[in-house]
Amino acid sequence: MTVVVKIPTQLRAAAGGEAETQIDGAATVREVLDGLFDRHAELRVRIADDDGALRRFVNVYLAGEDIRFLDGLATPVADGAELTILPAVAGGC
Amino acid sequence: MAVSHLQCKECRTEYPLEALYVCERCFGPLEVAYDHSGWITTSAGGTRDVGELRRRIQGGPQNIWRYADFLPLAGGPPGPSGRLASRVGLPAGCTPLIRADRLAAQLGLREVWVKNDAANPTHSFKDRVVSVAVARARELGFQTIACASTGNLANSVAAHGAALGMDSYVFIPADLEEQKVLATGVYGTKLVGVKGSYDDVNRLCTELCAERDWAFVNINLRPYYAEGSKTLAFEIAEQLGWELPDRCVVPIASGSLFTKIAAGFREWTELGLIENPSRPLPRMNGAQAEGCSPVASAFAEGHDVCRPVKPDTIAKSLAIGNPADGPYALELARDTGGSIDAVSDEEIRAGIALLARTTGIFTETAGGVTTAVLAKLAARGDIDPDERVVLVITGEGLKTLDAVRGSFETSTIEPTLAAFESEVADTVNV
Repeated sequence: MTVVVKIPTQLRAAAGGEAETQIDGAATVREVLDGLFDRHAELRVRIADDDGALRRFVNVYLAGEDIRFLDGLATPVADGAELTILPAVAGGC
Repeated sequence: MAVSHLQCKECRTEYPLEALYVCERCFGPLEVAYDHSGWITTSAGGTRDVGELRRRIQGGPQNIWRYADFLPLAGGPPGPSGRLASRVGLPAGCTPLIRADRLAAQLGLREVWVKNDAANPTHSFKDRVVSVAVARARELGFQTIACASTGNLANSVAAHGAALGMDSYVFIPADLEEQKVLATGVYGTKLVGVKGSYDDVNRLCTELCAERDWAFVNINLRPYYAEGSKTLAFEIAEQLGWELPDRCVVPIASGSLFTKIAAGFREWTELGLIENPSRPLPRMNGAQAEGCSPVASAFAEGHDVCRPVKPDTIAKSLAIGNPADGPYALELARDTGGSIDAVSDEEIRAGIALLARTTGIFTETAGGVTTAVLAKLAARGDIDPDERVVLVITGEGLKTLDAVRGSFETSTIEPTLAAFESEVADTVNV
């Protein structure tokens, strides 16, 4: 089971310059993020709070769908899925 | 008095005045900080020279660049000189503030003013924010402007690109109102209809922003863009004789406009430009459509963050299900003793009709939302009859004609006096 994680420009410096990375063996969004944090520890404090929840200005999309419309961090991930992390502070009027 | 730096609204980390919009440390939004010390330092007489600052504003052009001291441009107003600022691009602002006594009477209120921002070059308040963002984009050396839009922003970005000879890319939900699509494409922009909601468009553009060297006015230029909304507050205060209203009713999509109007009032109060600077900020009432009311729902439930929704409303210009400034809008409404309310599509149509029939102003669905929320607040008894209320109308009714289709009847007659007398005369007041 491999999930592709797309990393926003604002976090790439904390991710060794990677624009995307692959996480293996994760069954849920939370496990994908844990795998990402294991690889790049600095990312954890940037996008998660002390309780492990996502910071309020972080949006995570699984195959283009906001995970808050799915089961949040507990959402199951399929092999080959794409997880995108983006700033919430964009767009609008 | 000058723009100083960008600063994270959450953790206060400072950044240079570049095309940045997110804090790398905490992902919070960046906003523009100013150094107004040249004006607020007391003079030899020990008082602020408010009169000089007011005269400086009043001597400026009849557009938003009269407020250039409070806008995030490093080089001052665009154009060959400040005096020529009104001839560059598509000058926005200086829209009418109209006393609406018939609307007030209908609602049992005494003093209601309508800020009619449909009177901008592309007929919505978006010309304010786009003017500022594009001016800053040019200072930063961008050749191409772009946006994710629910329609009004599309019109404005396409028009500003044409006016300034810049390439533009405009991304909209593919099912947008026909009038807004036509009023964008006509300017020769590269128009992209995205199969999905505005939030899908926004996500795509946020990803694209990292791949292209473009100025997305409401993404990587967002800190500068958002500042343009403050000019609505400045104008309202100036038009009321350097006073603040008691209450403002403002539409909420992302919440940026709502919060920046209050920021403008606060900035001028702190500088002493407002009469009676010890008075509190106006009560801020936010207006949403029930079919897309994540901020109103969070307000009603006492939450400080918004749960995103899938929009389903005729008020497409407010159809942002994932509002970026939602938490700040909630905070503002609570801090000022205001509220955030939602109205149904039926109430929105009634709001459009109420405004049209009592003021002669034809607004789009977003203005129907705002007017309907004002009516709701009045009916609920939230507004003291002696309050001075400002209703912010952000867009033009001709852009959302479907909302009024079938809302009235037309008499069709033969061209004879007899036909008029028999079929029409009895139905109208003579």
